Amino acid sequence: MSDTSFVRTEMLAEQDPPPTSVGVIGWLRANLFPNWWNAILTVLCLAAIWYVLSGLLGWTLRSVWTAGSLSECREVMIETWGSTHGHACWGVINDRWLQLLFGFYPPELYYRPILALLLLIAALAPVLFADKVSPRLLYVTAAYPFLMPWLMWGGSIWTPVGVAAGFVVAYLVGRALRGAVAGLVLGILSAIIWWMVWFGFPVQTEVLAAGLGEGLAAISPDTAPFLLETVESRKFGGFMLSVMIGVVAIGCSLPLGILLALGRQSNMLIVKAICVGFIEFIRGVPLITLLFVASTLLNIFLPPGTNFDIILRVMIMVTLFAAAYMAEVIRGGLAGLPTGQYEGADSLGLNYWQAQRLIIMPQALKISIPGIVSTFIGIFKDTTLVSIIALLDPLGLSNSIRADTDWNGIYWELFAFIALLFFIACFGMSRYSMYLERKLKTEND
Amino acid sequence: MATMTDPPRESFRLSMLIYDTRYRSLTIQVIALFAFMLLVAWIISNTVQNLASLGKEVEFGFFSEPASYDINQRLLDYTSRDTHLRASFMGLLNTLVVAVLGCITATIIGVLVGVARLSRNWLIARIMTVYVEMFRNVPVLLWIVFAMAILIESLPSPRAFRGENATQSLILNDSVAITNRGVYVPEALFSRSLGDVRLFGESSLRFDVSLDLVAIIAVLAASFFVFRRIRIWAERVQNETGNRPTTWHFQVAVLVVPTFILLAALGFHLGKPELKGFNFAGGTHLRNSLIALWIALSLYTAAFIAEIVRGGILAISKGQTEAAGSLGLRPNRIMSLVILPQALRVIIPPLISNYLNLTKNSSLAIAVGYLDITGTLGGITLNQTGRELECLLLLMLIYLCISLTISVFMNIYNKRVALVER
Amino acid sequence: MQKSVFYGALAAAVVIGGAAGAATLDDVKARGNLNCGVSTGLVGFASPDASGNWEGFDVAVCRAVAAAVLGDPQAVEFIPTTGKTRFTALASGEVDMLARNTTWTFSRDTDLKLDFIGVNYYDGQGFMVPKALGVTSAKDLDGATVCIQTGTTTELNLADFFRVNNISYEPVPIETNAEAQQQYLAEACDVYTTDASGLAATRASFESPGDHVILPEIISKEPLGPVVRHGDNEWGDIVRWTLNALISAEELGITSANVGELSGGPTNNPEINRLLGTEGTLGDMIGLDSEWAQRAIMAEGNYGEIFEKNIGENTPVGLARGLNAQYTEGGLIYSPPFR
Repeated sequence: MSDTSFVRTEMLAEQDPPPTSVGVIGWLRANLFPNWWNAILTVLCLAAIWYVLSGLLGWTLRSVWTAGSLSECREVMIETWGSTHGHACWGVINDRWLQLLFGFYPPELYYRPILALLLLIAALAPVLFADKVSPRLLYVTAAYPFLMPWLMWGGSIWTPVGVAAGFVVAYLVGRALRGAVAGLVLGILSAIIWWMVWFGFPVQTEVLAAGLGEGLAAISPDTAPFLLETVESRKFGGFMLSVMIGVVAIGCSLPLGILLALGRQSNMLIVKAICVGFIEFIRGVPLITLLFVASTLLNIFLPPGTNFDIILRVMIMVTLFAAAYMAEVIRGGLAGLPTGQYEGADSLGLNYWQAQRLIIMPQALKISIPGIVSTFIGIFKDTTLVSIIALLDPLGLSNSIRADTDWNGIYWELFAFIALLFFIACFGMSRYSMYLERKLKTEND
Repeated sequence: MATMTDPPRESFRLSMLIYDTRYRSLTIQVIALFAFMLLVAWIISNTVQNLASLGKEVEFGFFSEPASYDINQRLLDYTSRDTHLRASFMGLLNTLVVAVLGCITATIIGVLVGVARLSRNWLIARIMTVYVEMFRNVPVLLWIVFAMAILIESLPSPRAFRGENATQSLILNDSVAITNRGVYVPEALFSRSLGDVRLFGESSLRFDVSLDLVAIIAVLAASFFVFRRIRIWAERVQNETGNRPTTWHFQVAVLVVPTFILLAALGFHLGKPELKGFNFAGGTHLRNSLIALWIALSLYTAAFIAEIVRGGILAISKGQTEAAGSLGLRPNRIMSLVILPQALRVIIPPLISNYLNLTKNSSLAIAVGYLDITGTLGGITLNQTGRELECLLLLMLIYLCISLTISVFMNIYNKRVALVER
Repeated sequence: MQKSVFYGALAAAVVIGGAAGAATLDDVKARGNLNCGVSTGLVGFASPDASGNWEGFDVAVCRAVAAAVLGDPQAVEFIPTTGKTRFTALASGEVDMLARNTTWTFSRDTDLKLDFIGVNYYDGQGFMVPKALGVTSAKDLDGATVCIQTGTTTELNLADFFRVNNISYEPVPIETNAEAQQQYLAEACDVYTTDASGLAATRASFESPGDHVILPEIISKEPLGPVVRHGDNEWGDIVRWTLNALISAEELGITSANVGELSGGPTNNPEINRLLGTEGTLGDMIGLDSEWAQRAIMAEGNYGEIFEKNIGENTPVGLARGLNAQYTEGGLIYSPPFR
């Protein structure tokens, strides 16, 4: 009996898995051809990819890079390939890429927008990559809103310094007078007075318009140090314009959005009604109508005689537009906070603004960053609409370029270039926002 | 509470308006209201002054003057002699058409792509990712322009259909012509038509309602009602006896037969497009401006919807899939019976805002020459009359109404599917 | 009203226009440059080159005015405008003048409170069709698909023309000339209609211009000219007479080549002398110095030179003078006398 049984005394050697389920073949089987239905789909997809890529790559690569005009391009194509069909003429990009990037900004001053962009990255780094970058860079962040306009528009360094000093004055006064409301009001008042004194001017009752008034610094622009050549905003164009509108709109809409979001959450009926009305109105109409307002109506709404140039008007309207969306993003952030945070703040005896400043906003803003980034991507993409009201953003410029007799008739190359630039910028930002969302998720778990 | 003694009555001091929390919110609200009204008054007074110096007045009289321009896609009768108001009305209808079409296709594509992004098939999941990223990260205006250019460049012109050696021919039994001027499809014609009923008389808002259409809809509605009754009856029988009677042939018959009888009675036939002169004549002409806008808006919005759908599906815990699997459901049925209905609750609110975005983005129709409300009221009418203030305010008001209506309807729907919290 | 001066945070960025004050001339002088509204891009009439310099037929008028008023033809800010924004930009003071192929019509001149100060190009709406269609007259276009540029008077003329002739058509409204060109070439429309000058320019840019014909019918009058705000007559006079100076210069044979020589001293022709300021005080009368016209002519040449350089027969646009020849040569270009 016992000798009929079989007891294995040693283990069999491990066998390799069947070759069809490992390595390349295994991967292919698992991921591309798991069953006949998927196999057909895979083959179809491969065919489609081949079809698209073969046409697109041929057009992109078998192309003319050095030509001064479309007709020259066509000559080269005929010479090289015998036909003009299916070949790109990148000569137009070669000829106009600086214009597409910088618009009409004076070429000798290109370093200024580039510097502004680099500083922007430096200023954003401590906010966006808080754990990887020295918090000392926050000083750059604080200085950026004042440095950027100076770099882009030029003028005397005293203008941004004066404006910044106004905020410092407001802060000091507000701190000295601890009473919350009185401090706030007096702080704002003292800042306004400071600006009037700094810029040294006839105080007018219409100073309401002062925030966006005219002129250069009182400290004579000619003698001041660090004088930058003034560049008018109508010289802005191309991608620089898109980025500028986007950055200004998001930057200015952030405080506005916070106020609107708080107003919407508030239990004061009238304040809430005004905020809800504003947000829903802006979100209910297309941006293009707001841009029409900027181009045709805004001057009618302002006091007779005020006349911002169109780019500033567009920035104002896009800021209002962004503020409504920003308010909703921040409201989402506020709603995401556990009620315990509010109760905790209350139990510490903090008043409303203290609670907001010390407890609520830092957390709410942090979880809103992905939303803010997507809002920025949206606004940045929407800046292409300004071409409809005759601003020379990349799309608007493409029209002007095609009106040049040299490039009349060119089409895809310009649009492909513009689309590519937008894609790179937006894709980069959306990747960042996804990374951040993942990070926030793991932090919260 | 009743046992509490009242605090000693303080006499009211002015400073309490600021320092007493009971009054402070009142103070702030009054100030806010005052400031708001001041702002409005300021804007209005500026406007009045500026308009006076421009010699303009706010008046809407121009709406009753002849528009003098033609609109190619008009859903109702319209000629260049009609008023600006009617032209704007045509534009509004065109906006609504593209918005509705766009929302429907965007939803379909978005759901398919969102599901496909989670596909086991690596290639399909990657292609869908590429599609989503491409469309989300390039401005919609560029996509609209691209779509139009591709339609124009890649499709044959009507001339290719003409003559002895035509290079193109109509498809689907000679009934559909795809050209770079648009797609011509057969139209429904009724040889014994019931005629039209004109609403609103001869005013600018006149509206012809086809009685044929009304009749068909009425019959369909009635059939559907009966269809429902049969189902309810079958369910009752099933509940009582445990056996469900076979009803599907009844149901199909109830749905189909009356409509067919009605169509036959009305003399229904298809009007096919034919080449005539420069263009195809007859049939319904879907212009390429509409198609381009429709495609571009759908694909663009679908990329966003796909992400929402994917997020919604991923939000449903894996246990649900596994539980459904252990019940023996196949993957397709797991998706349609278990996952999607739950994901819907997460999906609906952001979906609404994407519908709103699509509707608002349809205002870019101007880039491809589709005459929507922005193209008529905010475009040609504004240009010809020079009444920026009136035209733009009205335009914004109309968009606001559309947006609010969509929000209201979708919120009602959202409430219906929302989880009832206990 | 005392002219308020606002200072503020965005100070350096903001430009105060002169809408409130009537004296555009003073504003232009104070500012040191002329704000000139042009089209966003129209072949031969206005377009920026690779380094951002604007050039074209309309642009030259701006440069002449800048030269006359400020002494520097480069002291111009070109502000692109669309059909929709152009009049508001002018009315709000954002631009000092429009030189943007704008048709002079009754309602624009009166209702919109604009002043057309003359005509620098006589145009008319025409049709272009591919030769292969075999169409010889616009009246054969029954049922045709017609590409039109929106935001202009063209769509109104078109509607009227087809209505009067009782023929049907399918309009395809298009935002820019470049798009229209693309659609037309791909045969998405049978006909392209716009101002005849635009048609000629567009045809010239085709790979094979010979395959397309411009039909003989001109269905509208399109006198295009610079525009200024209503109510500032001094400024209107300056722009008007600068344009007239260019026209007269051609008539009198003053070119950018010989203007220096002719203004060296009085010539035998008193009108040349008055125009160039070597005799009389015409400049004073419009608030400028005596050499204003010299500078205007020197900027880009006389009317004929500007025409030849930007849109004439030797340019890719290739327009014949036609109606835009001097009246002495059978055209309509006619300047009142400088006296």
